[in-house]
Amino acid sequence: MKPSEAAPDARPALDARLTVSRGAFTLDVPLSAEPGEVLALLGPNGAGKSTALRALAGLLPLSDGHLRLDGAPLDSPADGLFRPAEQRPIGVVFQDYLLFPHLSALDNVAFGLRTRGLRRAAARAEALPWLERMGLAEHAGRRPAKLSGGQAQRVALARALAVRPRLLLLDEPLAALDARTRLDVRAELRHRLAEFEAVAVLVTHDPLDAMVLADRLVVIEGGRVVQSGRPAEVARHPRTDYIARLVGLNLYQGTADGRRVTLPEGQVLATDEDLTGPAFVAFPPDAVTLHRHRPETSARNLFPCTVAGLDLHGDRFRVDLTGPLPLAADLTPTAAADLDLTPGTRVWAAVKATQTHAYPA
Amino acid sequence: MTGPDAPRTTTAPHPRGRRRPRGAGRVPAALLLPALLGLAFLVLPLLGLLVRAPWRSLPALLTGPEVWQALKLSLLSATLATGVSLLLGVPLAWLLARTEFPGRRLVRALVTLPLVLPPVVGGVALLLVLGRNGVLGRWLDAWTGVTLPFTTTGVVVAEAFVAMPFLVISVEGALRAADPRYEEAAATLGASRLTAFRRVTLPLVAPGIGAGAVLAWARALGEFGATITFAGNFPGRTQTMPLAVYLAMESDPEAAIALSLVLLTVSVAVLAGLRDRWMSTP
Repeated sequence: MKPSEAAPDARPALDARLTVSRGAFTLDVPLSAEPGEVLALLGPNGAGKSTALRALAGLLPLSDGHLRLDGAPLDSPADGLFRPAEQRPIGVVFQDYLLFPHLSALDNVAFGLRTRGLRRAAARAEALPWLERMGLAEHAGRRPAKLSGGQAQRVALARALAVRPRLLLLDEPLAALDARTRLDVRAELRHRLAEFEAVAVLVTHDPLDAMVLADRLVVIEGGRVVQSGRPAEVARHPRTDYIARLVGLNLYQGTADGRRVTLPEGQVLATDEDLTGPAFVAFPPDAVTLHRHRPETSARNLFPCTVAGLDLHGDRFRVDLTGPLPLAADLTPTAAADLDLTPGTRVWAAVKATQTHAYPA
Repeated sequence: MTGPDAPRTTTAPHPRGRRRPRGAGRVPAALLLPALLGLAFLVLPLLGLLVRAPWRSLPALLTGPEVWQALKLSLLSATLATGVSLLLGVPLAWLLARTEFPGRRLVRALVTLPLVLPPVVGGVALLLVLGRNGVLGRWLDAWTGVTLPFTTTGVVVAEAFVAMPFLVISVEGALRAADPRYEEAAATLGASRLTAFRRVTLPLVAPGIGAGAVLAWARALGEFGATITFAGNFPGRTQTMPLAVYLAMESDPEAAIALSLVLLTVSVAVLAGLRDRWMSTP
């Protein structure tokens, strides 16, 4: 499904060191990704995520470093080379979508095809299937102002994908949506990104979006990469207090049947939402309680675990647990001392169904 | 720096102090009186025009060949001047709103100078530059045989000189108000700067361009000082409505009133059109 278009010199498809100096702020972020990979840049406001995205898009030149895509240089300050946005094989989904208000949904999607030389009719004919794929065929004639937030997001995605970009950039793609729409759109975006055959880079400050959508997280703070890796890895082994707070989330994927979600390895999680089909279950580490002996508890999820590691983050201990399923638990130092936890300690972990969140994958 | 899951603090749930009920405040006489006087000052002369209008002889006055000639010339030259202003003024406004270059503030000041410059001075200046012996006019005459002063083209030039700043200011304001990120979005879709301007920016600021064009057209229609200085006052060639009104005041005041009524009607129509179509939209 993912064509291997690796350059003959075995460089990654996206190969960049993004260095941008702006006054006192310096962004210096190395990035690399293979075709089919979804990369999430995660960080607080002002961390430099948007600057990185603009540099990738060609809306902002690098001060130093380099940017290569599929082996072709796009920006190389040392050689005085800079290909502006309109010359890059990219697609961008902006945070507030920036759909052209004077064009219909169809003409918005057709816009990039028109600039590539297609005549109006041909561009529309090629744009329509993209709207159909997004389930928006009947809204093709509508102006963006008449579209709901979720519909506008899908039109923006269709517009970016219609030009068949080699690098898809998404800036806070779900931030403008309300909570309910967000669930649906997030699930759908996940499928679209999974299908996408080239490199996708996503910028977000929402750890859940990042963990659900991305294959790899790159956490940025103050213009630097503070940690990167697979979402579960980063969540369970946070390197800074900030990451521990930010991505403190136990996240599992399984199959829902009513209020039960069965994980691929057979474990069953009880949840509070009634769902059917592929689903995610998430709960924060402080929803997990630990016990030395099997507790008499009303908690529906109870697992025998082994402590794998223990880290102090701020005023909390983050306990890394192995067992039937990997778990992270947050404890106060007092609780950790009372339980006398050390690596290898066997404990019972309990999670109330009401403290979990399940949503369709 | 707070994390994204930091609790949201609500600020100032209730405005402090008591709220003044709407419309309850009394308007001080010291403000009301001069305000009403000012209103009367602006409106009464126009009412006077209507009161003293020779309504009975109006049809005869307005169907006279001189009036038609002047009106036709006025409409034609004002429209051409607006066209010239659009052709040159919109790109100029874009340059001022979307690019950075040294001396941009100075250029902007120069562009708006004709707004405050007495039109007669503008006419003199045009004569000095584009007149038969002018700095540029000499070459124009020598190379193409074209002379601008005292021709209908000269009327258009004089009107465009005075009217274009209105268009530039209006369009520049619209461009500044329009989100430049739409142009970035167009760029990421492969649009060159010119394509983005043509297919995204222009449609977005169309209301501003329309408002500017109407303002420029109205200004060109009423232009007097620069026109009479640069183009003279030849019936059928350079005598526009305002010039005809002024001249008629000396010989035939009733005709002057009739001509003024026509211009007033056009102005009111323009204002009404502006309010409904453009002034309400940001």
